[in-house]
Amino acid sequence: MSTISQEAVVVRPAAPVPSQDTAVRTSRVARTFIYLVLLLFALFYLLPFAIMVINSVKPLSEITGGNMLALPQDWTIAPWLSAWSTAQIGVEPTGLRPYFLNSILMVVPAVAISTILGALNGYVLTKWRFRGDTILFGLMLFACFIPFQIVLIPMARMLGLMGLAGSTPGLILVHVVYGLGFTTLYFRNYYAAFPTELVRAAMMDGAGFFRIFWRIMLPVSGPIAVVSVIWQFTNIWNDFLFGASFADLDSMPMTVGLNNLVNSSTGVKEYNVHFAGAILAALPTLLVYIVAGRYFVRGLMAGSVKG
Amino acid sequence: MATATEADFRTRLQDWLPKLVLSPSLAAILVFVYGFIAYSIYLSFTDSKMMPSTDWVGWENYGTLWGLSHWHTALVNLAIFASLYIVACTVIGLVLAIFLDQKIRGEGMLRPIYLYPMALSFIVTGTAWKWFLDPGIGLEHTMHLWGWESFSFGWIKDRDMAIYTVVIAAVWQTSGFVMAMFLAGLRGIDNEILKAAQIDGASNWNLYRRIVIPLLRPAFLSAFVILSHLAIKSYDLVIALTGGGPGRATELPATFMYSYTFTRNQMGVGAASAVIMLMTIAAIMVPYLYAELKERER
Repeated sequence: MSTISQEAVVVRPAAPVPSQDTAVRTSRVARTFIYLVLLLFALFYLLPFAIMVINSVKPLSEITGGNMLALPQDWTIAPWLSAWSTAQIGVEPTGLRPYFLNSILMVVPAVAISTILGALNGYVLTKWRFRGDTILFGLMLFACFIPFQIVLIPMARMLGLMGLAGSTPGLILVHVVYGLGFTTLYFRNYYAAFPTELVRAAMMDGAGFFRIFWRIMLPVSGPIAVVSVIWQFTNIWNDFLFGASFADLDSMPMTVGLNNLVNSSTGVKEYNVHFAGAILAALPTLLVYIVAGRYFVRGLMAGSVKG
Repeated sequence: MATATEADFRTRLQDWLPKLVLSPSLAAILVFVYGFIAYSIYLSFTDSKMMPSTDWVGWENYGTLWGLSHWHTALVNLAIFASLYIVACTVIGLVLAIFLDQKIRGEGMLRPIYLYPMALSFIVTGTAWKWFLDPGIGLEHTMHLWGWESFSFGWIKDRDMAIYTVVIAAVWQTSGFVMAMFLAGLRGIDNEILKAAQIDGASNWNLYRRIVIPLLRPAFLSAFVILSHLAIKSYDLVIALTGGGPGRATELPATFMYSYTFTRNQMGVGAASAVIMLMTIAAIMVPYLYAELKERER
């Protein structure tokens, strides 16, 4: 019950503005033109992925000899099976399965830890303010935008010193550290809109730091937690640079596996297998996008428009 | 007496607790971001080759760097790539947003279609476009099969044109996102202003040029900042699409840094190039973030 009443009080930072389009009066011709442009662009965005899907279920001979836009004459799922479990990647014919599992083992803890820390940081930075907190937040925020090339060399050394070189825990650490800025940003901006009076009142009643967080802040944090989780999941799953720099064979993530699959095949290039592999690598983030696209967009906006 | 000190201890703990909770994250950022930046800057002034070294060489690495034709190629490519990428994404994003904001039927279908590439990894995008643009099998091959024998599109294999294929793939991936930023900006405009101007007889073109686009200034600024920082950081896409080739034709500072540091064992030069990348991004991000934070303080 209490959740509902509190949720009503919160001004959602990114709540959609009610119908506010800037539509102008347009002639029939202009309207047709607008629809035409919009549809052409839809085609532009859909085509590359659609072609990958079509060609991932064709035998190789139909790809090299035939039309990429034609539907398969012989449907086959062999490329998918090969990409998943038998394709040659590097020296081992393992398929992408082990890389997929590595990615899962890396992404889940990294997302969870960085989101929890982001929530706590956002809570402190908005409800327990102290001198200099904006500067600290600015430092965290700038960390989101650094080119990671600047930390590659020291990070490689540090992971070595910590005994985490080439391991999944090492990658989790890297992704948590460089994701903290964004998760903190999300929760800080969200909690800033939450009435501080409620927190004050709870303090008067003798509630402590964690009690307020647990009983008052967390129950209203659902939407922003979803945003943070989706953002982190997408970013970490799609990361290539850190995976390529810091992982070894036992911890290589999916993106690195896919890149090796596409570039390492000697002899005949099995395009259909490459496509199946690329779709497998895209599937988790794409599913998240289809299920929770609204939150994904909100995360993108929060990470860019408002600092 | 005892209860008094206990209460005292409790309040003091409550005073310290927030800072205590913040401190692990802060320590991590200070060490892994700012400490590492300092260390990389330091390395750029040493004669580090395969391993970090402590022998100070002053500005030598920077001198070497600016003398390298390889680095010049990377900078010229970045200039071409970044300017075309930013302009194309902005124009496409703006047009799509304005068009989509005309009470379009099926807007709910179109928006996610424009935006989904943003959820993909650049490695996936690169794999798709690499093949699509491959003259022997992709678009060109298909056009030939359709009877358009003279059609030729071999940019990805052409030293002079390959960088433009990177632009195409990158625009494909991010322009929908820019569209979303502009659309949010448009939806934030008070449409009473537009109605008034329309009653005054302003043409649609003037309406957008004189009123709507100037009002979108914040969205333009955000788009520019985000796109330019993405452009400077671009790495994955080049690796997946062209691998920096043909030759060095699509080398960017990010790929330069990686190959000099980790495959050519010129760590000092690699660190110097990373420092220049950081400075470029800082020149764009710091004023922007400063202004945003100032605004919030008020």
